[in-house]
Amino acid sequence: MKATKILNGNQTIAEAVRQIDPDVIAAYPITPSTAIVETIASFRADGLITGEFVCPESEHSAMSVCIGAASAGGRVMTATCSQGLALMWEMLYIAAGLRLPIVASIVNRALSAPINIHGDHSDTMGARDSGWIQIYSEDCQEAYDNFIQAFRIGEHSDVLTPVMVGLDGFIISHSSEVVHVEDDAAVKKFIGEFKPPYPLLDTSRKFTVGPIDFTDYYFEHKRSQIAGIENSPRVIEEVGKEFGRTFGRAYGFFEEYRTDDAELCIVVMSSAAGTGKDAVDELRAEGKKIGLLKPRVFRPFPHRQIAEALKSMKAVAVLDRSSAPGAFGAPLFTEVRSALYDYEKRPKLVNYVYGLGGRDIKIEHFKEVARKLEKIAATGKVEEMLGYLNLRE
Amino acid sequence: MKKETWKELPIGTVNIHAGNSVINLTGTWRSGRRPEFIEKNCIQCFFCWLYCPHFAILVNDGKVTGINYDYCTGCGLCAEECPTKEKAIIMVKEEIKLAEGRKK
Repeated sequence: MKATKILNGNQTIAEAVRQIDPDVIAAYPITPSTAIVETIASFRADGLITGEFVCPESEHSAMSVCIGAASAGGRVMTATCSQGLALMWEMLYIAAGLRLPIVASIVNRALSAPINIHGDHSDTMGARDSGWIQIYSEDCQEAYDNFIQAFRIGEHSDVLTPVMVGLDGFIISHSSEVVHVEDDAAVKKFIGEFKPPYPLLDTSRKFTVGPIDFTDYYFEHKRSQIAGIENSPRVIEEVGKEFGRTFGRAYGFFEEYRTDDAELCIVVMSSAAGTGKDAVDELRAEGKKIGLLKPRVFRPFPHRQIAEALKSMKAVAVLDRSSAPGAFGAPLFTEVRSALYDYEKRPKLVNYVYGLGGRDIKIEHFKEVARKLEKIAATGKVEEMLGYLNLRE
Repeated sequence: MKKETWKELPIGTVNIHAGNSVINLTGTWRSGRRPEFIEKNCIQCFFCWLYCPHFAILVNDGKVTGINYDYCTGCGLCAEECPTKEKAIIMVKEEIKLAEGRKK
C-alpha cells in the first residue's frame, strides 16, 4: 500500500530494495551507507525479501559477486561509498564492459587522505569514466525514485549498462524526511521482469562470457560498450516520464529552478541544490534575475540539453563538490563549459569547488556566488576561473 | 576468419562460437623442448591428461596414447607430474622450425 513515511536516505534505499527484491544483493558495510546494508540484512532475516544476500570480505568482492550473479542472469544490487567504491574500481569497469545492469546506491562520501566520513562527490566523480550511468539525488524522495528507475534504465535491452545512484553522505543518508513510498506491487510492476540476453544459467545455448581480447577485438568491444550508454538518454527520458505518469513525480536529465527569465544561473547537483533554491528565492525577492539548474544525470552527460538551457544566460557558476587536481576545472564545470563551446553566444562561466569533506554550504555562500556572477555579467570578465567556497583563505 | 565490426559483435564481450579455441594452435608457443610419450612405462593414471593446461594429451579408447603437438606448449607439467619410477613422459630437445609457422 502506498504510504507516507518519515525515512532517512539509507532507509529509503533499503525500502526500495525490499520492494524490488533483487535476486542477489552483495554488499559490504561502510559509513555512511552501512545502514542500507544492515537494513537489507534484517529484511532478509525477517523473510521480507527472498533474494540471496551475500556478505563478502570486501567491496572488491562485493562487486565481483554482483558481476557473477548478473552474468548468471540475476537482477543484482549493491551499496557502498567512498573507499568502498574505490576498492571496487577495477570491477566497476568489468561490470560495464560485460554490460551487466547492476544497480549500486552510492552514498557520496569524501576520499582519503585525510580520512573523512562526510559527504562530497569525490568517490563517484572518480568513477565517472568507468562506463556506469550516474544519477544524483537531491533528497530522500529523489534517492528512492532514482533507485527504482535505475533498474528500468540499466536493464533496458538497448542500454544494458550498470547504474549508480548517488545520495549525499549524512546530509541525505542520515537526514529524516517525508518520503512517499509507493505500493509494493506498483513498484514491482513498474520495474517489470529483467530479461538478460546471455544468462550463464541458460544451458541450452553455448557461449563464453568475458574471454580475453587482444589487439584484434578489444577496440570493437569497447566501441560496442559505448553504444549502450549512448542509447540511454532516450530510455532515461522515457522512464522518467513514465515514472511521472505512474507515481506523479516526473524526472528528466536536470531540473531548472526559476530559470525562465534568468540572466544568471548556478549549476549545482545533489543536496546543495536544495539550499541553492532557497538562496534563489531570497535573491529573486531582491529583484535579481537568477535561477538554478540541478543536473540529475551526469553520465551520460546531457550536454546538448544543458547547453540549450544555459546558452542565453549572461553568467553561469558551476559548483562542484569534488576537485580534479591539475585539471581545467572540476568535473561538472569542464563538462558544462565544453557543452557550450559550440555556441557563438554563450555565457561567461566560473567554477567553484565547495563542500569537500562535508563542509557546509549555506545560503550566504550562494549569495557570494551570485554577487560574483553579477560582477561578471556587468564587466564581461571572469577574473578567477576557479574559486573555493567557505574555505579559510 | 572474417573479423566482425563492432556492430556485428554480440553484446558484452560474449563469444558465441563455443569451442573456438581449437583454431588457436598453441603448439606454436613451444620453444626448445617437447614432451615425449613412452608407452611401455605408462600406468594409465591420467595425471598428465588432468594437469595438461591445453588438453594436449591424446586419448584413444580410454587410454593415453601420446601428445597432440598442435596444442602442446612444451610447459613440461605432464612430465613433472608423471608418477612412475621410469617416466612415461620425458622432455626432449626440439629443433624450432620457424618456417612452419602457424597453420591456417
